[in-house]
Amino acid sequence: MFRYYLKLSILSIRANPALSALMVAAIAIGIGAFMTIVTVRHVMSDNPVAHKNDVLYHVRLDNWNPNEPYDEPNEPPEQVTYLDSTALHEAGRAFRQTISFKSDRVVQPEGEDAKPFQQEIRATTADFFAMFDVPFQYGSPWDTAADRSEERVVVLSSEMNQRLFGSEDSVGRMITMNKELYRVVGVLADWMPIPKVYDLNNNPYEKPEGIFAPFSLAVSGEWGSSGNNSCWKPTGGGYEAYLASECIWIQMWVELRSASEKGAYMQFLDDYVEEQKTLGRFPRELNNRLDTPAEWMVYQEVVDDMVNVLLSLAALFLVVCLLNTVGLLLAKVMRRTNDISLRRALGASRSALFSQYIIEAGMIGVTGGLAGIGMTWLGLRGIENVFSGYDFITYLVSMDWTMVLVAVALAIVSALGAALYPTWRACSVSPATTLRIQ
Amino acid sequence: MDIGPIWRAMLKNKAGFVLIALQIAVTMTIMVNAFAIMQERANNTARASGLDEANTFALVSASFAEFDREEQMTLIDEDLALIRGLPGVKSAVATNSYPLRQGGWSMALQLVPGNQTADSVGSAIYFVDEHGVDTFASNIIDGKNFTPNQVAWSAEDDDTWPAHAIITEALGKDLFADEQGSYVGKTFYINDNDPVNVVGVIEKLQAPWPSWSGVEKSMLVPQRRPWDFQRYVVRAEPGYRDALMPQIEELLSNSNNDRIIRDMIIMEDVRENAYLDDTALIKILSFIVGTLVVITGLGIVGLASFNVSRRTRQIGIRRALGATKPAIVRYFMVENFLVSSIGLVVGGILSVALNIAMVEAFSLEPLAWYVIPLAMVALWTVGQAAVAGPARRASNITPAIATRSS
Repeated sequence: MFRYYLKLSILSIRANPALSALMVAAIAIGIGAFMTIVTVRHVMSDNPVAHKNDVLYHVRLDNWNPNEPYDEPNEPPEQVTYLDSTALHEAGRAFRQTISFKSDRVVQPEGEDAKPFQQEIRATTADFFAMFDVPFQYGSPWDTAADRSEERVVVLSSEMNQRLFGSEDSVGRMITMNKELYRVVGVLADWMPIPKVYDLNNNPYEKPEGIFAPFSLAVSGEWGSSGNNSCWKPTGGGYEAYLASECIWIQMWVELRSASEKGAYMQFLDDYVEEQKTLGRFPRELNNRLDTPAEWMVYQEVVDDMVNVLLSLAALFLVVCLLNTVGLLLAKVMRRTNDISLRRALGASRSALFSQYIIEAGMIGVTGGLAGIGMTWLGLRGIENVFSGYDFITYLVSMDWTMVLVAVALAIVSALGAALYPTWRACSVSPATTLRIQ
Repeated sequence: MDIGPIWRAMLKNKAGFVLIALQIAVTMTIMVNAFAIMQERANNTARASGLDEANTFALVSASFAEFDREEQMTLIDEDLALIRGLPGVKSAVATNSYPLRQGGWSMALQLVPGNQTADSVGSAIYFVDEHGVDTFASNIIDGKNFTPNQVAWSAEDDDTWPAHAIITEALGKDLFADEQGSYVGKTFYINDNDPVNVVGVIEKLQAPWPSWSGVEKSMLVPQRRPWDFQRYVVRAEPGYRDALMPQIEELLSNSNNDRIIRDMIIMEDVRENAYLDDTALIKILSFIVGTLVVITGLGIVGLASFNVSRRTRQIGIRRALGATKPAIVRYFMVENFLVSSIGLVVGGILSVALNIAMVEAFSLEPLAWYVIPLAMVALWTVGQAAVAGPARRASNITPAIATRSS
């Protein structure tokens, strides 16, 4: 019977090629537009450390201006001062802890013709790599001893290793930055956390830095921060004064393995701030925060509002496309009222008619859904095209199998949903009424 | 005229018309809200930066050898002398940033000394020498430019702020909101306690962040900073820019090997980068609205065609009873007009509701009132155009069809 209905459906679809094509196209375009935005949003809001979301915490302390909060309503600053970050890191009270900032140096490759180039660097501490599950291709991170001894070591990204050493195992080799030599201790495997969760204060959608160097080394070399920096009171001149200032420019994360560890660390932070208050710092009320990566991503609004606006408009767009299909299916049914009456009079049951029309709608839905995958792909290429000024856009417009499956499921569900009312109308045609007029 | 019978006929096939009215309503909702966003973005991108954008470009010199302070100052002086000496260069300056660059320095200003408060006014800071005004193409509307002896290098271990500044009119308006008369000669405080005297007011110079609500507030500070990272902004005579760029890059690269020259960029590209999001959004939304109108239009064509073929016999009967061709066309046009009107009234309400929700959730600008009637007229036109074809076909049905059995 199913095959017979299938045949009937194909006949019916073929009887009105233009309208059937319009229905398929409407579903495909609606699904395509919606899934394009859903896919981009899915990639943008992904949590690259979801598996560690219950153990990683971003640290905030409120050392801000007594007259006004850093951000309404009473939010502490997004970053930490040098004074506090180094004191907390030195105390080592968490299972793991890392403090870091973004900087840049000029790398001078070996060889006569090689041109020096400016390179973004992350000044960080040994635990960084373990905390964010950074994969290594060669070598390993520096150890915590190197954090203290200002050892002249670096870890390279795989891309940087490719550029400087042609992808060889470069552990033990030297690189020159600003005319000073550094020894390579490790090379990362490909690593692209999207968004760049460990530093959401700056652009969350950019590649990780190409070179990682010890925090203490960077500070002793007086490297400046190339990331976000805010001060609420005068700092005095010079690097020393800057380190001693209330300016915030360092990102701090801790790893706490249980609720009790978290509680203890919170207590430790509170005690630390109370102690600093006696020294005349921290003029505001106690306001320390530990945020999980997911919470921190929401706070930092990694997904631009515009994506959400587009998402709601695309959802409405899909609604229009579906209304369009419902209307056309209904018109089609109404036009065949005579057929239906005749078939009912000849003994076709309601469920038989129902199956037949739902199969017809299902076929339109499946075709629309499959075409919708193609439309989504086109939509993503369109997004890539209009944002071609961003190097990083390629990473945000990739489609994965989950999204393809969601698209097909959405197409079938919406097409069947769209078919329900027209089908119900078809089945409720009584056998006699229309025949009587003829 | 014949609205009554048309209306009653429509009531007999409610579902179909309700669907099309709903479709028109939602189409209008999307159209109106997309248009409101597009308009806001288009207004943003159209704002002038204040620069002579067509003739200006910027570059970075980053020193990587151990330059001491004196050496770095000499290098900057030599670079500027080199650039300014070239034929075709109108003006050049070493500064920390420029409009539309999306990165820069801001400070809180206030009328009384002390820690910044909620009343402090934020302003972008551009460190310049006496060539800053000309390079940024700033029109001094009050007071005057810095004199060369007001410009100084920053001191090594002292962050006291220079005592003079040139401010934009927008900054003066915000900072001295309650005061009368010229801003020139007035004093404000920066860096908490350092007094600054306004020597000049310029008409327009945007801050480096185009999305900042205070984008028109900026000030020129007569201080030079011997950082190993310098941004040079060059304003060329008309027609010289493209030739000057490679020339300057080569001259500077060759003059000193312990630095790199990079990020050379024309202001048109800076502007494009700064408004990339806005232009992309405008393109995406226009595409959505365009496709939507086509789909809705085709949907109306499809439904009308169905209706015409379903009613072939009735139309034939009407023709046989003396209805003229224009009367048949008019029937379908009026029918579409009625459905559209219902849809557009509902759409108007939905549009405003969605706009209120979006303004609330995403702090967008509220919609301009005239967008609603504009969208209504547009969609009425689309509806009438879409129904015209099927209506004409209906009018071509011969009266004789009434005599045939279906």
